[in-house]
Amino acid sequence: MKQWQNFSKGFIKDNPVFALFLGLCPTLAVTTSAYNGLGMGLATTFVLVMSNLVVSIIKNLIPGKVRIPTFIVVIASFVTMVEMLTEAFVPDLYEQLGIFIPLIVVNCLVLGRSEAFASKNDIFSSIIDGLGMGLGFAMALTVLGAVREILGSGSFTLIPDVIEFTLYQGDGMLVFVLAPGAFLALGYLIMLADKLKKKMY
Amino acid sequence: MAKESTFTNMVLTLFLVTLAASATLGFIYELTKEPIAEAKLAKKNAAIQQVVPEFTNEPNEEAFQVEVEGDTLTVYPARQDDKLVGAAISSFTNQGYSGLIRVMVGFNADGTIHSVTVLEHQETPGLGDKIDKAKSDWSNQFNGKRPGDFELRVKKDGGDVDAITAATISSRAYCDAVRRAYQAFKKGGLQ
Repeated sequence: MKQWQNFSKGFIKDNPVFALFLGLCPTLAVTTSAYNGLGMGLATTFVLVMSNLVVSIIKNLIPGKVRIPTFIVVIASFVTMVEMLTEAFVPDLYEQLGIFIPLIVVNCLVLGRSEAFASKNDIFSSIIDGLGMGLGFAMALTVLGAVREILGSGSFTLIPDVIEFTLYQGDGMLVFVLAPGAFLALGYLIMLADKLKKKMY
Repeated sequence: MAKESTFTNMVLTLFLVTLAASATLGFIYELTKEPIAEAKLAKKNAAIQQVVPEFTNEPNEEAFQVEVEGDTLTVYPARQDDKLVGAAISSFTNQGYSGLIRVMVGFNADGTIHSVTVLEHQETPGLGDKIDKAKSDWSNQFNGKRPGDFELRVKKDGGDVDAITAATISSRAYCDAVRRAYQAFKKGGLQ
């Protein structure tokens, strides 16, 4: 039960985007379509789970004063790995996310979970926490991407050529694809998520 | 944080952590080096195939470089049974709305444009990204045109190219990249 709470808190209660406001840079930048949001979310989830795992394993070996540099090295290594692996095996996704993948390094969400959770909890809880937080982040990015894509381009692409719809032809409200639309859509989504949170807890 | 933060401890920890990290990364690099190179080559070949008439040679192996306006562009000649059918030229411009636009321009042997495709760009989604074939068929207006008779500038600047609505800067940059490719094609003197 405790692990379930640990996992599910990332979705609504402590959602990284809607409740903790962590990692907003990639959130606002990549979510021009649901597919981009999902890809970025899953890449972050991988980094988050792996860095939580490693940090929680080595937490007792690290002197307190150098813990942050150590975490950053661990995180940066996993990010570089993700970058090389996506470029090699999913070049299409890499093309979309290319310049944003290095941004995961400075995503406060990853460092935040290492510092606030993984360095204080056991290995299993840390993995669960990383998974829950990562998937919550992926969900938030996908929802935001879907809203912006539907309003802005009139289409919905979760997986290209598999789950792909055109809702209407012609130009949508272009502002939603541009940067200001990201802030607008995010603002309204945060409001909705907050209402939902108040109902649930 | 069980360990004490003494100088030796800190130095040793950071050394070991970075050592482990670089060793792992080196291993992954070796592992992905070939697939990455293959993916890049496949992408380039697909772009070349898209923009020139059918060919039987390996344009990549015959590629040569031409200097245009201080930049180096690469020319990929396409031949069918030793007869030149066209050439693909990888060109770019830095005048896009968000900087770099990289295009692959294909010419027929007689110097008319066969087709153009965008390799890389950061133009505004919904506006400037219409230069991309996947987003709109705007770039098809170049097909079959001869840059000598067809002024590679947008109509606003006195040329013959219909600009994308609300994306004149992107259209201008695109024309610039194509124009540079044509210069490279002329300079390359392919026979």
